[in-house]
Amino acid sequence: MSVTQRGVVSPEATGAAQSPAGARSSASVRGAGSPAIELTDVVKIYGKGRTSVLALDRVSLTVAEGEFVCLIGASGCGKSTMLSLVAGLDAATSGEVGTGGRRVTLMFQEPALFPWLTASRNIELALRAKGVAKQERRARTAELLETVHLTGFGDKRPHELSGGMRQRVAMARALAQDADVLLMDEPFGALDAMTRDLLHEELDRLCAERALTVLFVTHNVREAARLGDRVVVLSSRPGRVIEEVKVEVAHPRRIDSPEIAEVGAHLTDLLRKEMAAHVR
Amino acid sequence: MSAEPGTAESSSALASLAGLDRLELAPQPGRDFLRGGSVKVLNGVWPKVLAVVIVLAVWQLVYLSGYKSASIFPGPATVIPNLWHELNHALLWSAIGTTLRRAVIGFAMAVVIGVVVGALVSRIKPLRAAVGSMITGLQTMPSIAWFPFAIIFFGDTTAAILFVIVLGAAPSIANGLIAGVDYTPPLLLRAGRTMGLHGISLYRHLILPASLPTFVAGLKQGWAFAWRSLMAGELLVIIAGQASIGVLLSNDQDQADMSSAISVMIVILVLGIVVDALFGQADLAIRKRRGLAGIPGV
Repeated sequence: MSVTQRGVVSPEATGAAQSPAGARSSASVRGAGSPAIELTDVVKIYGKGRTSVLALDRVSLTVAEGEFVCLIGASGCGKSTMLSLVAGLDAATSGEVGTGGRRVTLMFQEPALFPWLTASRNIELALRAKGVAKQERRARTAELLETVHLTGFGDKRPHELSGGMRQRVAMARALAQDADVLLMDEPFGALDAMTRDLLHEELDRLCAERALTVLFVTHNVREAARLGDRVVVLSSRPGRVIEEVKVEVAHPRRIDSPEIAEVGAHLTDLLRKEMAAHVR
Repeated sequence: MSAEPGTAESSSALASLAGLDRLELAPQPGRDFLRGGSVKVLNGVWPKVLAVVIVLAVWQLVYLSGYKSASIFPGPATVIPNLWHELNHALLWSAIGTTLRRAVIGFAMAVVIGVVVGALVSRIKPLRAAVGSMITGLQTMPSIAWFPFAIIFFGDTTAAILFVIVLGAAPSIANGLIAGVDYTPPLLLRAGRTMGLHGISLYRHLILPASLPTFVAGLKQGWAFAWRSLMAGELLVIIAGQASIGVLLSNDQDQADMSSAISVMIVILVLGIVVDALFGQADLAIRKRRGLAGIPGV
């Protein structure tokens, strides 16, 4: 199978992988009209020679400013790879990845807090890395803790907090980076349903308040329907965009409402069809 | 553990969140076991006292069995008063002073060299390929094997002893640092890079703190090697006019004074235990901060 896949990589797709760091230098480019995230014919191959894996195959995706887009697909569809490329942690093999100079931050399934720092210090470090002055850091940290409703827990270390609280600290840390674009890699995947539902509401509120653009990876179709303005369905191995579904349900949404369930069922059908195609 | 009052009223979702936080942070059983200074000390002390009592009892039993004559194998009733007697003389204390000074200087040199080598090797790939396995090789080599070299090279001097201490301890310290850097969780590295940490700030705020527990383990192991090398060195390298623990032990051997020899050995053992306890405390403090030592007795 991998032989035919490698054949798919078109030789004309030689547009050098654009360095996101280079794009970031022109922060003023940011305009209301330009898309916040733009992927054009992105190809990502891991490894070389016979063991190479085609992770993304000419993926094109545009996310408008302030839009909330969910990515779903079976495992191995390159969802996380896409986030890494947009975040600039990895370079595309070919194709263009652009964020129009916007600041981008990434959240993971695990909170990835530094265990030797308190909740406050974890948030403060993100401010420090940005070069915020010490006085201001303290005030901003307190503000951010309040934003995620953890005032009073700043002195706790990560291990003293619950999973949901840790993920909220991680969210505060992401917000501290003053990013315009938030990339989330199954951020609520490890949480119980109750906590997850509440964090969905939190995320809705934060997105509205801060006009964030979000690219949200999940394998949970209902979560995708609950949160997304649009849901992008990816095929697996190699990852390709097979369908985009607009979610026309009005806010506030509930994950257990019939409308969301209906969208979820539609997404499940799409995924099943894709998996069945792989069996053949 | 109380949630901040006032924040819980703004909406139902927030009230639920605050409620969940409270539920999830219910006090964990067994935590108080670790609290309270005097209770904690007592908890730590009685097993040690018991162990000492058991050792003394076995010693006394062997002595009573008459397997060896009292001059060759004296019982605790002879040795302990002898130890007390020597503790009241300046000679033992000056010997302890000399030995500990060498230990501290040698170990400090080993730390500096180990950290420099470890930092370079963990950072520079060709250097790692060249030197990495050699460091481990040095670590496994018994440091006593270096003494002929050291004595020929430096003569019967303190430098010979320090040289062997550094060779014994530095590889462990360097390896501790290298392992610590290598085992920095990739997820944290990704988080750090997302945050914009790079270069020196990445080391200062992420890699060094992340590698601290492994580094301390390396220091502890390095100390054990340093202490052994030092004892071997003091037995082999006799420097005239400088009483050290090794010299005392060597004299006792020459005079077949078993009672004094055992006294000195007890001193060596106690010093080793005390220093080990210091490293243990540092290690525990680090693990507690990171939530890796929450369960008492584990």
